[in-house]
Amino acid sequence: MNEFYTLYDFQLFTKGAVYYLMGAVILGTLGFWLFITGRDEDKEIK
Amino acid sequence: MSTEPTDLKKTLFTPFNVVVGAILFLGLVVTVLRFTQGLGTVTNLDDNNPWGIWISFDLLCGVALAAGGYTTSAACYVFGLKRYHSAVRPAILTAFLGYALVVFALHYDVGRPWRLPYPFFVQSGPTSVLFEVGLCVFLYLITLFIEWVPSALEWLGIRKPRDIIVKMTLALTIFGVVLSTMHQSSLGALYLIAPSKMHPLWYSSYIPLFFFISSIAAGLSMVIFEGTLSHHYMHHKMDATYLGEHDGVTYGFAKGAAMVLVAYFFLKVVGLTMDNTWEYLLTGYGTWFMIEMFGFVALPALLFAIGVRERNLPLIRWTAVLTVLGIVLNRFNVSQVAFNWHLPWAERYFPSVMEIIISVFVVTIGILVFRFIASRMPIFYEHPDFKEHEPLELHEHEPKPHPQTWGH
Repeated sequence: MNEFYTLYDFQLFTKGAVYYLMGAVILGTLGFWLFITGRDEDKEIK
Repeated sequence: MSTEPTDLKKTLFTPFNVVVGAILFLGLVVTVLRFTQGLGTVTNLDDNNPWGIWISFDLLCGVALAAGGYTTSAACYVFGLKRYHSAVRPAILTAFLGYALVVFALHYDVGRPWRLPYPFFVQSGPTSVLFEVGLCVFLYLITLFIEWVPSALEWLGIRKPRDIIVKMTLALTIFGVVLSTMHQSSLGALYLIAPSKMHPLWYSSYIPLFFFISSIAAGLSMVIFEGTLSHHYMHHKMDATYLGEHDGVTYGFAKGAAMVLVAYFFLKVVGLTMDNTWEYLLTGYGTWFMIEMFGFVALPALLFAIGVRERNLPLIRWTAVLTVLGIVLNRFNVSQVAFNWHLPWAERYFPSVMEIIISVFVVTIGILVFRFIASRMPIFYEHPDFKEHEPLELHEHEPKPHPQTWGH
């Protein structure tokens, strides 16, 4: 468990975690978009 | 002959009419009690819980679920997705009635309803978030009324003012989107003032963003849900253009709702990370929070995506219902479950039967007015005298609904 003594410490930790999270968000959103649109081309051909 | 007493009984005493009649009767009785005996007689509200089910359901859910108006008109007129054009009028009507009923229900909730115009015309408080919400809802209700008016004018056969309003469509749409963006988020911002009263899992400085983004998903899902019900009950009122575009609207909106729900889910995780409130997930409130997040946000996103991929319309329709329930759950969680969470159970709020009756009464009025308008005015079809364009796929041999005109 992290202990924080100043607001600076707290924000350094949480913002750092959000930076890592944003990487996962970008990859996750991209993957989800590809999943949704994966069969769009097949439908257009039909 | 339909004038026979037995036939009259059959047509008048249908299950729908009996249930609606009972709700209207009970609603009127409670209305009289509310306005003659005061809030204390009909509600369980107190100083700790001044906002009850009439705010949680009638206002917060009502405004969120009426978001189909601005999402559909923005998709069609701002983003140029003309293939959704036939969905605009039903969505605008639903939104207009939704907002009108929000304001109607607010008269029950405020202590002195005759003073509702005061913040705008007598004593404004422009630094208040509630002032901004009130002003936006006030202006947006007028905007929605003007957007709806052309269908009434077409029904009445009045051309000139109808043509003027139709030319204003883009400006009205932009105005509506701006107002919606403001007040949908500001409804969440109302809770920013109470960080000590709200559970940390639901409190976040991003709560205005959560409310706004979830309202888009609510609007898209409501258009699918309302379209499904209308398709079932008002099929005979729909023209070939509406019927031809209906499946495309469902798939397109499901795809949009899936992406919005995923964005919403990730933003909620960012909110948890920024406030570092992960430890609360291991509590009872945490379990409830995860049920909301996984059962009513992540699951609908996945089901919408599968529905779009597999071209599975029934799955999309049921997922729209799940999403609508999820939005209702979220608004109740924010305004009731998470609010005053530190109070002992004896001091927590639970709505009285009479409060629930009024909420059901308001929804019933909405359904009746929607049915009245949609069965008379050109909502699901283009009025033949006011056609903007003849769609290519519409052939002469295809059946067209008989236009309703004034007095017929």
